Amino acid sequence: MANVISDETIEYVGILAKLELSEAEKERAKKDMGEMLDYIDKLNELDTSEVEPMSHVFPVNNVFREDEVTNGDGREKTLANAPARKEDTFEVPKTIV
Amino acid sequence: MKQYETVIGLEVHVELATKTKIFCGCSTAFGGAENSHTCPVCTGMPGSLPVLNKKVVEYAVAVGLATNCTITQNCKFDRKNYFYPDNPQNYQISQLYLPICRNGGIEIETEEGGKKTVGIHEIHMEEDAGKLVHDEYGENSLVDFNRSGVPLIEIVSEPDMRSAEEVIAYLEKLRLIIQYLGASDCKLQEGSMRADVNLSIREVGTEEFGTRTEMKNLNSFKAIARAIEGERERQIDLLEAGEKVVQETRRWDDAKEYSYAMRSKEDAQDYRYFPEPDLVPVIISDEWLKEIKERQPELRTEKLERYKREFQIPDYDAGIITSNKHLADIFEETTAICNNPKKVSNWLMVETMRLLKEHEMEVEEIKFSPENLAKLIKLTDENQINSSVAKEVFEKIFDEDIDPEQYVEENGLRTVSDDGALRSTIEKVIAENPKSVEDYKSGKKKAIGFLVGQTMKAMQGKADPGMVNKILTELLQ
Ligand SMILES: [Zn+2]
Repeated sequence: MANVISDETIEYVGILAKLELSEAEKERAKKDMGEMLDYIDKLNELDTSEVEPMSHVFPVNNVFREDEVTNGDGREKTLANAPARKEDTFEVPKTIV
Repeated sequence: MKQYETVIGLEVHVELATKTKIFCGCSTAFGGAENSHTCPVCTGMPGSLPVLNKKVVEYAVAVGLATNCTITQNCKFDRKNYFYPDNPQNYQISQLYLPICRNGGIEIETEEGGKKTVGIHEIHMEEDAGKLVHDEYGENSLVDFNRSGVPLIEIVSEPDMRSAEEVIAYLEKLRLIIQYLGASDCKLQEGSMRADVNLSIREVGTEEFGTRTEMKNLNSFKAIARAIEGERERQIDLLEAGEKVVQETRRWDDAKEYSYAMRSKEDAQDYRYFPEPDLVPVIISDEWLKEIKERQPELRTEKLERYKREFQIPDYDAGIITSNKHLADIFEETTAICNNPKKVSNWLMVETMRLLKEHEMEVEEIKFSPENLAKLIKLTDENQINSSVAKEVFEKIFDEDIDPEQYVEENGLRTVSDDGALRSTIEKVIAENPKSVEDYKSGKKKAIGFLVGQTMKAMQGKADPGMVNKILTELLQ
């Protein structure tokens, strides 16, 4: 494996993804990520300087909606998914800006 | 102390005036019950798919064209990842790699009366987040997703501004352009226009930029000016004390006139952008671009020239009236009804401005209808009321948008045009004021002013002063 993921990198990626990993999970993730980067290195061996970067898997563009209101009061359906509801709002743990 | 220069760049968020959100058919109207304008798309439910609102692209392109930008005819969206309860998807759909507009700029007037171009680095389209309210009585925070998915454009300037005055001039110019385009109402207080200030200082003569901070929570021009002054001083104090400015986001507290570092999250700013897989690229053809260009409404400079040409309004007055879209709209609508542009301009320039100042109101807050101003002008044109009564009625129109015809009728304010009634009142005034009559006759022509005043008083203000003057002069001969 050419790419070695450091403990700091795994720690950092874990924080970004809000994941708490055990020591064993960290080791496994380090190995998986190293292999992924190896694979990217392999892809990079190909000369793509003449190829347009692909921005979407399907050759489709300009899919639009007209600016017309099509949805009604979605309150009940939306709040049905709320883990906790207070009146018409989602109640979440206290968050300070 | 060393001489420092302030270097300022702005990130301005503008809420677009679309009827619906950027990626779903939910309404963007204000004032709906909490979470009533929501659906699976704008609340980030798994399996939902965003579909781009065409109008958002057209508004963004219109703003880009009016600010001299190059339009990215092949543009796409990217995903900006972060966790926060007001962001139900855990990412915001925005544009990083191919923003819709790039390399523009607008001209501002500097304090010294010169002109200066403030560069626009880019304009990109993105979605707004929901609203987080902290429950004062409970342990928790409350989320309303009505604003989630409301379309925004973010206009990123180059660090070309050097003072609070230049920043305000830039914002005012930008706001005017966008309001004229109808792309947004740009109300700072209501948050449909928001400015984040990036500020650094450097010693005069240095090429290199200093470390910058970003200030948020600025919701009026005055707050922006104070925040710039406060942050400039804070940074100078740090450097003078031999310390370093830390790159961070700060929240301006306008009441305390100080900015506070926002709790820096452990992850700092690592948004791990990647191309948005749920949306297809946007290709803006030459034809579409041309169509948007042709649809562009009359902008300020053109309007100003037209007012001068079509209505013979002086340059200065035309400048004031067109300095605000709302004012220009009132002017045109009123003129269309009463066909008396000079009088309309006069009511707007003098009394309206006076009352705005007196009530500390913004032009946007004017709520009287063109119909009622036009009726008032008609009443004065026909000499049905005199100018002092007209001012009194106008105040009522300004405050409560009353119907002047009805108001004049109900309060008996119509000028007494009955020559006989006026004549007998004047005869009475002459008889009661022999001293003034004597003064007048002995050459003190000014004494007539007192007699006019007494007559107006006796007539309870409902006489035409010109007419009173004429009859008085005649009777005193
Ligand atoms: Zn929605």
